[in-house]
Amino acid sequence: MTDMERPLLLKRLCAVSTLLVILLIAAIFLGVSSGSTGSGIRQTLRTLLIGPSAADPMSYTIIWQIRFPRVILAILVGGTLSLGGLVFQALLRNPLAEPFILGISSGAGIGAILGILAGLPRFPGVTATAFAGSMITLFLLFVMSSGQTLMKKDTLLLSGVMVNAFCAALITFLMSMTQDSRLHNILFWLMGDLSTADPRQVGILALALIPCFVLLFVLSNSMNLLLMGRDLAQTMGLNIKITTLTLLLVTSFMVSLTVSLCGPVGFVGLVMPHLLRLVFGPDHRVLVPACILGGGTYMVLCDLLARTLPEQGEMPAGVITAIVGVPLFIILLKRSSR
Amino acid sequence: MKEVIHADHLHYAYGHVRGLEDVSFSAHQGDFLIIIGPNGSGKTTLLKCIGGILQPRSGRLEILGATLQSYSRRALARAIALVPQSAPVDFPFTVTEVVLMGRTPHLGILGVEHREDLERARQAMDFTGISSLAQRKMDQLSAGERQRVMIARAICQEPRIILLDEPTAALDLAHQVRVMDLMERLRDEKDVTILMVSHDINLAALYGNRLMLLKDARVLSMGPPAEVLTFQTLESAYGCTLLVDKSPLGDFQRVTLVPRKFIHPDFRKAFSKP
Repeated sequence: MTDMERPLLLKRLCAVSTLLVILLIAAIFLGVSSGSTGSGIRQTLRTLLIGPSAADPMSYTIIWQIRFPRVILAILVGGTLSLGGLVFQALLRNPLAEPFILGISSGAGIGAILGILAGLPRFPGVTATAFAGSMITLFLLFVMSSGQTLMKKDTLLLSGVMVNAFCAALITFLMSMTQDSRLHNILFWLMGDLSTADPRQVGILALALIPCFVLLFVLSNSMNLLLMGRDLAQTMGLNIKITTLTLLLVTSFMVSLTVSLCGPVGFVGLVMPHLLRLVFGPDHRVLVPACILGGGTYMVLCDLLARTLPEQGEMPAGVITAIVGVPLFIILLKRSSR
Repeated sequence: MKEVIHADHLHYAYGHVRGLEDVSFSAHQGDFLIIIGPNGSGKTTLLKCIGGILQPRSGRLEILGATLQSYSRRALARAIALVPQSAPVDFPFTVTEVVLMGRTPHLGILGVEHREDLERARQAMDFTGISSLAQRKMDQLSAGERQRVMIARAICQEPRIILLDEPTAALDLAHQVRVMDLMERLRDEKDVTILMVSHDINLAALYGNRLMLLKDARVLSMGPPAEVLTFQTLESAYGCTLLVDKSPLGDFQRVTLVPRKFIHPDFRKAFSKP
């Protein structure tokens, strides 16, 4: 009967969180200490620990005003998108779901392109048009499925595929009408790009996202029940309608916000939930914090590569998330199926 | 005997398609009530209404003396558990994790389980004979093993009533008997009332103390197996020729399907005596 001795939830949660927090701190440190102007690990440590008096003001500014907000932004984006993927996978009971499956990001894309074409500044102009685009898409999705059938996962999935296809066509249409340098801006936005981080934006984003994270953690056991199917979940005491609607709205809001600010960074939302599920098992009470921490860590590292790999300038972080994430995922999948 | 389910003139409709018409019945504590009937006769609809998954259009439904509307979802989940036809396997939960989910209506919103919940899960797994599978993943089990996991999960929920929707439909013979024996033991030892939808009339005759025969969303016949399982009733319900006699095991009805090639013009007369 020793195999029945299963660690209680709290223990597992602590173990997983501790491990991931350590990884995250390591990633933060790496992210903060490296960049185009090398300040060295010892220098960074001194600046971080002792404060402005010990370091030269130049590297102090670079670390606290430029790199630190960017690393925090990466954590928020990676965490949000991984969590978004996790929720949609549970909601649609489909392991292939990702946070952009309902067309939220495509809607944001149209909004952003229109904003860029209109010559608006990146923040708040383009961010605002992108957010408006995603919210309009979500609204249309609700109208299309008339609220009632939205509860059926296949209708939701199909509506999402249609919205995505339509928006993709519109995006291509808009892009083929654009000739000048704005095309480069659009392409960068569409690949997902964290280069615009500034402390104020990151602060606003964090304030909006953290309550969402908390709410999703509260609903994490409900997500476990959802995976058992609608009928079983209900007979175990779950209110399907309220739970589904809350999950859908909170996640859509959260994903829209990050996508509006940084563009649709791909693959984090698909790969991270899977990866973490393979390592830590399918219990959402562990996976929700794991996605925030693990997704954050992953994004910090990918963003680090995106801004240090090119000799000059940087590449969109979305490129790295896919190039690193897909092989990593395939290796883990192979190993887990033995 | 205490009345645990009381249904009065239940109606249900899927859009314009009728699901239940004027269904009235009651089940008592310790009943092993098996609902039989042709496809689309309303068996599963009735089960879902009792489980609170579907809301009847009209009529009155009382569970343990209180109307269904007066229950919160969680309170209802402490009274009634469901065992579906097949277990979901899309996500790699372990057997213990699935069984523990049955504790949900007794726990807080995060479902944080304590030692005694683990103990309950262990007992439920012992009862259904799946203790050795505790750490296995659901998708590594056979259909029969999975079904016993779902039953252990229902037991772990500690309900007064267990609803089963064709639990033996996908199982081999040994597992069919095993699952039915398990439910009978559960009824005898824990005094749980059992409501089961089944297509297997012979199993229904062997295990049910009362049967309900549904046809076209209505109750065609209800009572002890000997009353319900007569040639006339079954023929009018299913519209095919059947042979009804006694099982060699004792005083149980035995129903045999009669293929067309065996049907002689005089056959009906010969076997139409009840």
